[in-house]
Amino acid sequence: MDELWQGLVKAAQLIVSFDPEVVEITRRSLAISATSCSIVTLISIPLGSLIHFSRFPGKRGLVSVIQTLFSLPTVAVGLLVFVLFSRAGPLGELDIIFTPAVMVIGQVILVMPLILGLIISTLRGVDKAISETAISLGASRLQAAVITLKEARYAVVTAVIMGFGRALSEVGLALMVGGNIKGFTRTLTTAISLETSKGDIELALALGIILLLIALVINITLNRLQQR
Amino acid sequence: MAVIETFNLGQEYGGRCVLRDVNLKIQRGEVFALIGPTGAGKTTLLRLLDLLEMPASGKVYFGGIDVTSSRHERLEARRRMSFVQQKPVVFTMSVYDNVACGLRWRKEKHEVIRQKVDDVLEIVAMSDCRDRNAKTLSGGETQRVAIARALTTQPEVLLLDELTANLDPVSISKIEEVLAHIIGEQKITVVMATHDMSQGQRLAGRIGVIMDGEILQVGSPNEVFTLPKNREVAEFVGVENILAGVVAEKESGLVTIDVNGSGIEAISDYEVGERVYALIRPEEITLTLSKDISSARNAFPGKIVKMALVGQLIRIEVDCGFPLLVLVTKRSAEELNLTPGKLVHASFKASAVRTIKRWH
Repeated sequence: MDELWQGLVKAAQLIVSFDPEVVEITRRSLAISATSCSIVTLISIPLGSLIHFSRFPGKRGLVSVIQTLFSLPTVAVGLLVFVLFSRAGPLGELDIIFTPAVMVIGQVILVMPLILGLIISTLRGVDKAISETAISLGASRLQAAVITLKEARYAVVTAVIMGFGRALSEVGLALMVGGNIKGFTRTLTTAISLETSKGDIELALALGIILLLIALVINITLNRLQQR
Repeated sequence: MAVIETFNLGQEYGGRCVLRDVNLKIQRGEVFALIGPTGAGKTTLLRLLDLLEMPASGKVYFGGIDVTSSRHERLEARRRMSFVQQKPVVFTMSVYDNVACGLRWRKEKHEVIRQKVDDVLEIVAMSDCRDRNAKTLSGGETQRVAIARALTTQPEVLLLDELTANLDPVSISKIEEVLAHIIGEQKITVVMATHDMSQGQRLAGRIGVIMDGEILQVGSPNEVFTLPKNREVAEFVGVENILAGVVAEKESGLVTIDVNGSGIEAISDYEVGERVYALIRPEEITLTLSKDISSARNAFPGKIVKMALVGQLIRIEVDCGFPLLVLVTKRSAEELNLTPGKLVHASFKASAVRTIKRWH
C-alpha cells in the first residue's frame, strides 16, 4: 500500500513539474492519435455519406461488416500492418516499420470502422425529411448530403472523439509496429506497459493518470455534445 | 399552356397501388386545389409533381419536357418549383439561414440573397424572428418560414401540401392571408392539397377531387360543389342527402323521382326508368309547421327524429318516409319550437335537387 501511495505522490510530482519525458511521451501519443483520427475523419465523412445516400446491392451487408469491425482486435491490426511493412513484407521498401508513420497507418485501420460506422448510423438517425426538404428546395445530392451532415454535426464530432479515445488507449498495435523506441515511438500506453514490467511504478502511474485525465476530458466533451 | 402535365401517372408502395392513371394539366398562373380525404393520394401526387419520387408508371412533363427520365432534368425542373410539405422541417440554423438555403444552393450573390430573404420575411411577417433559431418557432411560425423558404427562390410553381393542417384558427387565417397575397401579387402557379373543402373553394380557381388514388372530378369550385360527378364526390363535398330513386315521370326538363314511394321533383335530363341519386344540400331545405307557407315544389310531411347542435346551427334529422338532414339556425329552431318527435313540413325547390346516375 505504501508503495502505491509513494508511487502516486511521485507521479503527481512528475506531472506538476512537467517532467520532460512525461511531456514528450504525452505529446507524441496525442500527435499520433490526432493525426490518425484526422485522416480517418477526412475519409469517413465523405465515404459515410456516400454509403448512406447511395443505393447499391449489398449495402446492408457492408454496413454490418463495418459495424462488426468496431471491435477489431488491436493485435490483429498490428499483425497485419507488421506483415505488410516489415522489411520482407510487400511494402517493406517504404522502410517505415517502427516509425510513428506506420503507427498512424495502423491506427487508421483500427479506428476507421468505428468512426465510419458511427457516421453512417448518425446519418441514418437524421430525419429523412431534412434531405428531402433540401432536395425539394433545389439542392443537388451533394448539397443535400452536406445539410444532413450539418444537422448531425454534434453526433459526427462524438464519433470522431470516440475514435480518438480508441486510438489513444490501444497498446497492442503501437507495441508491435512502433517497437516502443524511447524518444521516437514510445507512447503513453507502451510506456506504461514497459515501465510496469521494469518495476518503475512511479512513471507508469504518472503516465496512467495522464491517460485517465485525457479520458476524463474526452468524456466531459462527449457528455456536453450529447446534451445539445 | 400547361406548365405541368401528367400522363397516366401512377405510384405503388410495396406492391400496393396508391395512385393510378392521373392525367392532369396545370395551366400557368392558375391555383389548382387537390381535395380529397386523408390517404387519398394527394401527398403522393404532389411528391411526384415535385419529382421527389419516381412514378411506378406514367410521366410528368414540366414546361412540355419529360422530366421523369433524367436526373439533371429533374434537378433543373425542381429548381423552378417549390414544395411546402404538410409537416415542414426546418434546419437547425437561424430563420434567415433557413430561408437563404435555396438561394445559396443556386449560387446567388450574397447581396441578392440578403435582399430577397429580407423581402420575403416581410411578406410572411417574420422579420422580427430573422435571427432566431428556427427550431424554437411555433407550428404556425414554422409553417410561415417554410412558405418564405419556398417563395424566396421565386418559383414558377408552388406546391403546397395541407398547408394549414394541425394549426389553430388564428394561424390558419394568417397563413391564408399570406397565401392570398402571394397568389394575387406574384401570379404564381399553385397546386395545393387540402382536405378542407372550404379552403379549396376560397383559394382555388380549379379543383380536382382525388379519392383512393384516382382523380374523380376536375372543375371549378362551383361545379364540384354543386354538380358532384358521383356519390363519393357528393359525400365528400358535403351533400348529406343522397337519396336513391328511379325517374318515374318526365315533363319538359322536370322529372319526378320515386324515392321510397315519395315523388321528388327535380330539374334533370335523365329519362324515365333511369336509376339516379337525388342530391340535396341540407342548407337548401326549409322546415315549416304548416304546408301552405312554402311555395317550393317539394314539400313532405315528416317527424323530427334527432337534433344536434353544430356551432350556431342545428342539424335536424327528419323522417319523411325517406331520411332528410336539414340545417336550421338556432334562432329558427327556437321560434318554431322544434323538438324531437314534432311533426314538420320539409320543403325544397326542384332546382335545389341535383341528379346523378346510379350504377348499382
